[in-house]
Amino acid sequence: MPIINDTVFFDERAHGEALEKALKMTPQEVVLEVRESGLRGRGGAGFPTGTKWMLALTAKSDKKFVVCNADEGEPGTFKDRVLLSEYTKLVLEGIVIGGYAIQAQKGFIYLRGEYAYLYEYLNDYLERMRKEKRLGKNILGTNFDFDIEIRLGSGAYVCGEETALIESLEGHRGEARNRPPFPVNTGYLGYPTIVNNVETFACAYIVISKGAQWFSKYGTEKSKGMKLISVSGDCKKPGVYEVPFGIKVKELLELVGAEDTKAVQIGGASGICVPMSEIDRNISFEDIPTGGSVIIFNQNRNMLEVLKNFMEFFVEESCGQCTPCRIGNKKLLEGVELLEEGKCSHKYLNELIELGKTMQIASKCGLGQSSPNPFISIVTNFKDEIMSNSIRGKNGY
Amino acid sequence: MIVPDNNVIVNEVEKLIEKYGSGRENLLPVLQDIQRKFGFISDFAMQEIAHKMNIHPVEVYGVVTFYSFLSTEPKGKYIIRLCKTISCDLAGKDAVANTLQRELGLKFGETSSDRKFTLEYCHCIGMCDQGPAMLINEQVYTKLTPSKVIEIIENLK
Ligand SMILES: Cc1cc2nc3c(=O)[nH]c(=O)nc-3n(C[C@H](O)[C@H](O)[C@H](O)COP(=O)(O)O)c2cc1C
Ligand code: SF4
Ligand code: FES
Repeated sequence: MPIINDTVFFDERAHGEALEKALKMTPQEVVLEVRESGLRGRGGAGFPTGTKWMLALTAKSDKKFVVCNADEGEPGTFKDRVLLSEYTKLVLEGIVIGGYAIQAQKGFIYLRGEYAYLYEYLNDYLERMRKEKRLGKNILGTNFDFDIEIRLGSGAYVCGEETALIESLEGHRGEARNRPPFPVNTGYLGYPTIVNNVETFACAYIVISKGAQWFSKYGTEKSKGMKLISVSGDCKKPGVYEVPFGIKVKELLELVGAEDTKAVQIGGASGICVPMSEIDRNISFEDIPTGGSVIIFNQNRNMLEVLKNFMEFFVEESCGQCTPCRIGNKKLLEGVELLEEGKCSHKYLNELIELGKTMQIASKCGLGQSSPNPFISIVTNFKDEIMSNSIRGKNGY
Repeated sequence: MIVPDNNVIVNEVEKLIEKYGSGRENLLPVLQDIQRKFGFISDFAMQEIAHKMNIHPVEVYGVVTFYSFLSTEPKGKYIIRLCKTISCDLAGKDAVANTLQRELGLKFGETSSDRKFTLEYCHCIGMCDQGPAMLINEQVYTKLTPSKVIEIIENLK
C-alpha cells in the first residue's frame, strides 16, 4: 500500500480521540461543530456536511441510517482506498460519530466490489471495535447503540451516486432516483439516511478531535480544510497528497514533479481538462471543484485518445434509464470517432457541444450531467490539435 | 469446474437466506455469494432465490444483469480483469493486454474451454498511481509488465 506522501499538514492532523469527545457532547453540539467547521462533502458535490446532518437529526423517525460511500469509482481516484486501509480508525469512528450526531442505529459501508480484498481487514477492525466497546451496544459505556455492516458493490460506477447506492443496498438495480425526496428524509428503506464520502467521515473525526476552528484555518472562504488528492498520469511522484483547498494547479504540478505537461484532468472522467494556460486556477468549490482525482498528461499525449477513453467509460457505465445520457454519450463517442477519422466538420462539432450542454441540464443524475464535461473542455481547449487530427485523418491525406 | 447439481443450489440458497435474511435488501449479498461459489448465477439459482425471497424471478434477473460482477454465464475459476481506464492506459496497458491474450490464448470477453480463465476489461480499480493494474478474482496486481504477467499466469496454470 502506498503511504500518504509529501503531505503538507498531515502531521498536525495527528488524530486525537474524537469518539470519546463526541459522546460527551449532545448530538446537536456535534452537528453544530461540524457545521461551524465549514466542512463540505468530499465526494465531489460539496454539500455542507453539517447541514445534511442537521436535516437528518431533525427528521422525525424511529429508525435512521448512516451510509459511508466507499464506491470510489471515479477514474483516477484512490484516496478513499488509502484512507480505509491506512487511516481506518478515522473513517470507522467518523461513521460512529455521524451515527451519534443524527441518532441512527445502524451504518453501512458500501465498499466497491473492486476493493473486496479490504473486506476482511475492515470486518476484523469492526470486530475489534466491538470488543473495545467502540461499536455495538452501549458504546463507551453510554446508552448509545450503533453498529456497522459492510456491503459490497458489484462493479457499477453509477452506484456511487447516492440514490443509486441506496437502490443497490435495497437489492435493486443501481438506478438513480428522482430527487427530491432526498435521502435525509427518504433514504434506505424509506428512513432518514445520510450518505457521505469516506473522506468526509475522516474529516468529521478531525473536526471533532481538533475543533471547528482549527479545521477551518485551512482552505478558502467557501472550501474549508484540507483535501486529499489522488495524482496519477505523467509525473515523477504519483500518489495521494494532502493539500489545502485553494492550491493552484501550478503548485500541485510542482509538488508531484510533473514536467513537460500539456494538460491536467481534474475531477476524473466527469471533471474538466485544464490546459497549461489556465494552471493559475485553483482547486476549490469556488473555482475547480473535485472529489480528488488529478490525472496529468505530458506533451506527447494525444488528447483525442484521452477523450475517447473517457467517453467509452460513460457509454459503458450509463445506467440507460434516461435518454439524454443513454443516447447522448453514444453520440459524443461517435463524434470522437469521426474526429479520429477526420470526418467531423467544425459545424457538427459545435452541434455536439450543444448536445453536451443539453445533457448537462436534462440528464436525471450526476453521471449524465457531468459526462459531457471532458468532451466540452477538451474539444474547446485543444481545438487546434483535435481539428488537425481531423484534417490529417488516420490514414493521412 | 462442473455445472452444479440443482440440489446443491437449493441447499446453498437456503443456507444464505438463513445467514442474511429473506428481505429483498439482502438480495445482493446472496447473489454475490452464489456468484463466488459457483462462478455464475444459473437460471435455476435465480428462480430458487426469487422463490425463497418472495419476489419475481424477472426481478432477480434484472438485478443480476445490471451488475458487471454478476453473470448468468459460467465464468472461469480465475477471472482476470485488466483496467482499461486512462491512467493505466497511459502507463502501458496495451502491452499487458497483448501479453494476456497471447499467454492465455483468449480474447477479452472470453472464457477458456476448461473454465479455468476468464479474461475481461474493467474500469478504474483505484490503483491509478501504480498502473497498469488488474484484478484476478479479489486480488490486485500492479505495475504490470509483460514479463510480470507471464510469471503470474504461469503460477496459475
Ligand atoms: C455517477 C456518480 C458517481 C458517484 N460516485 C461517488 C463515489 O464513488 N463516492 C462518493 O463519495 N460519492 C460519489 N458520488 C457523489 C454521491 O452522489 C454523493 O454526493 C456523495 O456520496 C455525498 O457525500 P459527501 O457529501 O460526503 O461528498 C457520485 C455521484 C455520481 C453522480
Ligand atoms: S443520467 Fe445516465 S446514469 Fe443517471 S439516471 Fe440517466 S441514464 Fe442513468
Ligand atoms: S486507471 Fe487503472 S486503476 Fe485507475
